[in-house]
Amino acid sequence: MADEGGAAGKRVSGEGNELIVSTSTTSPRPRVPAVGLDVSSIRADFPILGTRVDGKPLVYFDNAATAQKPLVVIEAVRRFLAEENANIHRGVHYLSERATLAFDAVRDEVRDFLNAPDSREVIFVRGTTEAINLVAQSYGRTTLRPGDEILLTTMEHHSNIVPWQLVAGQTGAVVRAIPITDAGEVDLEAYRRMLGPKTRIVGVVHISNALGTINPVAEMTRLAHEAGAVVLVDGAQAAPHTPVDVQALGCDFYAFSGHKVFGPTGVGVLWGRASLLEAMPPWQGGGDMIHTVSFTGTTFAPLPAKFEAGTPAIAEVIGLGAALRYVRGVGFDAIGAWERTLLARATEQVSAVPGVRLVGTAREKAGVLSFTLEGVHPHDLGTILDADGVAIRAGHHCAQPVMERFGVHATARASFAFYNTLDEIDVLVRGLHRAREVFA
Amino acid sequence: MSRDLDELYQSVILDHNKTPRNFHELPPPASHADGHNPLCGDRLTVWVDVEGDTVKDVAFLGNGCAISKASASLMTAAVKGKSRADAMALADEFQKLVTGRLEGAAERKALGKLQALAGVSEYPVRVKCASLAWHTLKAALAGAGEPISTE
Repeated sequence: MADEGGAAGKRVSGEGNELIVSTSTTSPRPRVPAVGLDVSSIRADFPILGTRVDGKPLVYFDNAATAQKPLVVIEAVRRFLAEENANIHRGVHYLSERATLAFDAVRDEVRDFLNAPDSREVIFVRGTTEAINLVAQSYGRTTLRPGDEILLTTMEHHSNIVPWQLVAGQTGAVVRAIPITDAGEVDLEAYRRMLGPKTRIVGVVHISNALGTINPVAEMTRLAHEAGAVVLVDGAQAAPHTPVDVQALGCDFYAFSGHKVFGPTGVGVLWGRASLLEAMPPWQGGGDMIHTVSFTGTTFAPLPAKFEAGTPAIAEVIGLGAALRYVRGVGFDAIGAWERTLLARATEQVSAVPGVRLVGTAREKAGVLSFTLEGVHPHDLGTILDADGVAIRAGHHCAQPVMERFGVHATARASFAFYNTLDEIDVLVRGLHRAREVFA
Repeated sequence: MSRDLDELYQSVILDHNKTPRNFHELPPPASHADGHNPLCGDRLTVWVDVEGDTVKDVAFLGNGCAISKASASLMTAAVKGKSRADAMALADEFQKLVTGRLEGAAERKALGKLQALAGVSEYPVRVKCASLAWHTLKAALAGAGEPISTE
């Protein structure tokens, strides 16, 4: 479980004592007691969870939008900026060397986090959205021909729809939506029928942000490969909640965002197969991504630099490294078990409130509860819950095709993380009853 | 800052949400405009039937939260019978009300039932909910065929 020894610092070089990428601000202690997760000890790692909203304790159920940051992440970013800040891959001076080592070490940590074969396959980007745009514009734009098909599930986030629509417009390719069932699961029969010789790319969200559905990505990838298509997996919601093994999934591209996995905003990861990435042209030009530049011609750097033009989000990458160590220190077994407990309790209690309709009832679900409450618009519900300190998301969740599929304009969504408690679910449920009274 | 939910969800707002007034289409020659708040997905259509310089009839249809629905409903009641210029001026006064910029008591009083939406000014993210109908009304009065957006 505590596979990385908690949030302890990691030495990245044997050349001295100074190259500690991150220091722990909490004393080493077992994070996983005999039964379940020590949630109160976990909560102490997240300063923002002590916030009071109009005098009431914050109940943060908007984790699918962005997750909160543990002290080790905040401290890693602060320490980098205070003690190690320099540009990377350039200077020969002390600070630049330190910054470069720390930055490059995170690439190795991401490789481990994804169980990727090679660190060169890890591309730092701004987030999942940029990762998908990179693949669409570099891989898609150069390989797609008129009539080629891009298959996307109906439950994709807009970030895994719009980049493909853009490249389809540029190439004459066609975007087709794979239907989903009333429970919010991919219709695998329909998917099988849609796959064919025209299928070039399949885009699938690992865990749906609007429904919570955990998709059978490995099986969908296998089927896509049989049809000769490549598969991009949007892992934005999966990375914080479930171990990701890109080799076991078998996919060709995997994208996730730092800020949803308890790291900073402004950084994310695209993992891609080296053979594909090597054949793809750069999508942005600039410094750091070149081999030589002259006005008669420019040659490009090898992976991963080819896809990382300009100064990257260095401090944020350092913070991401600390976040990945932290979450692996807590351990995905413990995280998964606790989040399933939270989801089960929330599902039971929320669906018992009269007028509640759950949207997304897949058999395999992560900690996302999307629902409507009869007579109360989700935005009004959001405001009423906020008065109790409860932060939920209300709206279409950047997944309008999902809303359309279920015949709703918007839903209320409570999304959980391992620092949430059962008591907090009680606060949510009391708020739902209050909303019903207000709108009676 | 302590905010009072009762200030926001006053009974007049809850009433207009539940039973919106003038909640239907208007036949031609009434002109209409579509309003959309892309952040929350709220959509509504406002019809205006202007005869000479007078807003003879006004109606709306749409889907949205209680604030946007009640605002639209109260709006239709408030502008019916007004001159085009007075309706436009009222839209500007209303915008001041919901953004907390309406100073004088007399000015507030002149807004009549619309004052029920004053509580919105305490909720900056909800201001657009209250404004959507009025922006759409202005577009319909201007006869612009383009859909308008809060963004």
